[in-house]
Amino acid sequence: MRAPGKAFKGQSGKGAAVIELENVAYSYGGAELLSDISLKLQPGSFHFLTGPSGSGKTTLLKLCYAALFPTSGYVRLFDTDVRAMGRDDIAMTRRRIGVVHQDCQFLNHLSVADNIALPLTVSGRADDSEMDNLNELTGWVGLTERAGALPPELSGGERQRAALARAVIMSPDVVLADEPTGNVDWEMSQRLMRLLIELNRMGKTIMIATHDLALIRAAKPHVQARVLRISNRRLQLAGADL
Amino acid sequence: MSPRIDSLRNFLIGDAQADRVVPPTGFTAWLTLFAAAAMAFLAVFALALSLATSRLADRWGDELARSSTLRISAPEGQMAAQTDAALRMLETTVGVASARALTNAEQRALLEPWFGPDLPLETLPIPQLIEVIEEGSGFDAAGLRLRLAAEVPGAVLDDHTRWRQPLVRAASRLRLLGWVSLLLIGGAMAAMITLAARAALAANAQVIGVLRLVGARDGYIAQAFVRRFTLRSLTGASLGMVLGTLAVLALPSAEVGGGFLTGLGFQGWHWLWPLTIPLLAALVAFLATRAAARRTLGEMS
Repeated sequence: MRAPGKAFKGQSGKGAAVIELENVAYSYGGAELLSDISLKLQPGSFHFLTGPSGSGKTTLLKLCYAALFPTSGYVRLFDTDVRAMGRDDIAMTRRRIGVVHQDCQFLNHLSVADNIALPLTVSGRADDSEMDNLNELTGWVGLTERAGALPPELSGGERQRAALARAVIMSPDVVLADEPTGNVDWEMSQRLMRLLIELNRMGKTIMIATHDLALIRAAKPHVQARVLRISNRRLQLAGADL
Repeated sequence: MSPRIDSLRNFLIGDAQADRVVPPTGFTAWLTLFAAAAMAFLAVFALALSLATSRLADRWGDELARSSTLRISAPEGQMAAQTDAALRMLETTVGVASARALTNAEQRALLEPWFGPDLPLETLPIPQLIEVIEEGSGFDAAGLRLRLAAEVPGAVLDDHTRWRQPLVRAASRLRLLGWVSLLLIGGAMAAMITLAARAALAANAQVIGVLRLVGARDGYIAQAFVRRFTLRSLTGASLGMVLGTLAVLALPSAEVGGGFLTGLGFQGWHWLWPLTIPLLAALVAFLATRAAARRTLGEMS
């Protein structure tokens, strides 16, 4: 483990990274939000991304699924530079990256089950066999009885679990979660973490952005995770304090 | 099946799942439906105007161009002699197919609208009219006038040019006006549907964000909107077309008064023309919404 505060240069293992950032900087409105970020997410790895509110965690996650483009440097998703991607390419790539937002947005006119199945619907895979997976997945996140409800009728924890189910229904290679436990109590956050760890054991690459250090400490005995911290616009490997 | 036909079939049949991902849009739905219906209603009238004026221009242009009138005003004792002389001259004139003097009954019928049916034609100094039907490229009007001046001093040749040309020009302008109106109606409909589509897309920015997040292509998102607006326009325009056609049917028949306004309608197979209006409206809506969706989705990137 590196010493706390030392700049992280992204060398986390060997082999082709599913997501790779190389000397990435990102500016908005003249202000630099991220600077000289290098990061490689290897297949099957588990990363926590931490840092104070406003440090750029969400921005970094958005760079990882091409919702934002770097001001300088390179972002490669599955070995392809995002700048070389057209809008259709980005759409296809997002089918391989499940994203869970803190404010998990849904289509409020569709049921929870339809929202979870949305990635299948938009990719033309909403057939009967996939619908079996949907039922299984709805049970996995404990929402079987709420499958017919509309999103505004769900509690915070139920919304987070529904968002997680939606993020993984396409069996993506990577799951990016932005403060997935931000709106739920401790018990629910532990339940969500167990689901994410279970996904990682299935071979999925996981990166979770959170400012909740207690959550990271509680998870570390159960998963081999790398903890990264954004400080002063730069990415650092967090130390033994975690 | 070729990819184009396949994609057209998919577009027409639709994808029930895909249709549901875009929420119902209340006011834009009604706006599109109403605009399409109103525009189709107006388009039926513009089409009727264009076709009626087209018929009128053709009739005035063709029929009147093929005939002339010779008017003979002479003292009572010379009328018959001058009429015979004029007919003989016309028989030998190149470009004249036939010439005949109108009977008293025919002349009375011409004057009847102004003087009533009991006009004592025999007691009035009414000129004798000779109807001249032309053939080929017509006759030399200037040459004929010179010959008439020499041999039939009471004859005046009216080849209809003086009053026919402005009428034909007016009918042609009305026809052009009708087609321009149709173009303007199409343009106005495209503008309204574009506005409605852009408003719907802007109102659904969050939906579009979610769809993109889960890997929806822009083409998929656009098609959900395009299909909806196209079908709405087709429905609205069909309704407007039916109402417009019924309104044209309700106009007085051309035979009743015989005037121009009573002839404003469709004749024969021209009644099929209004059927093209909903299809054109749907095409306009399809193109307008697709362009609006592409532009708006591009701006949202």
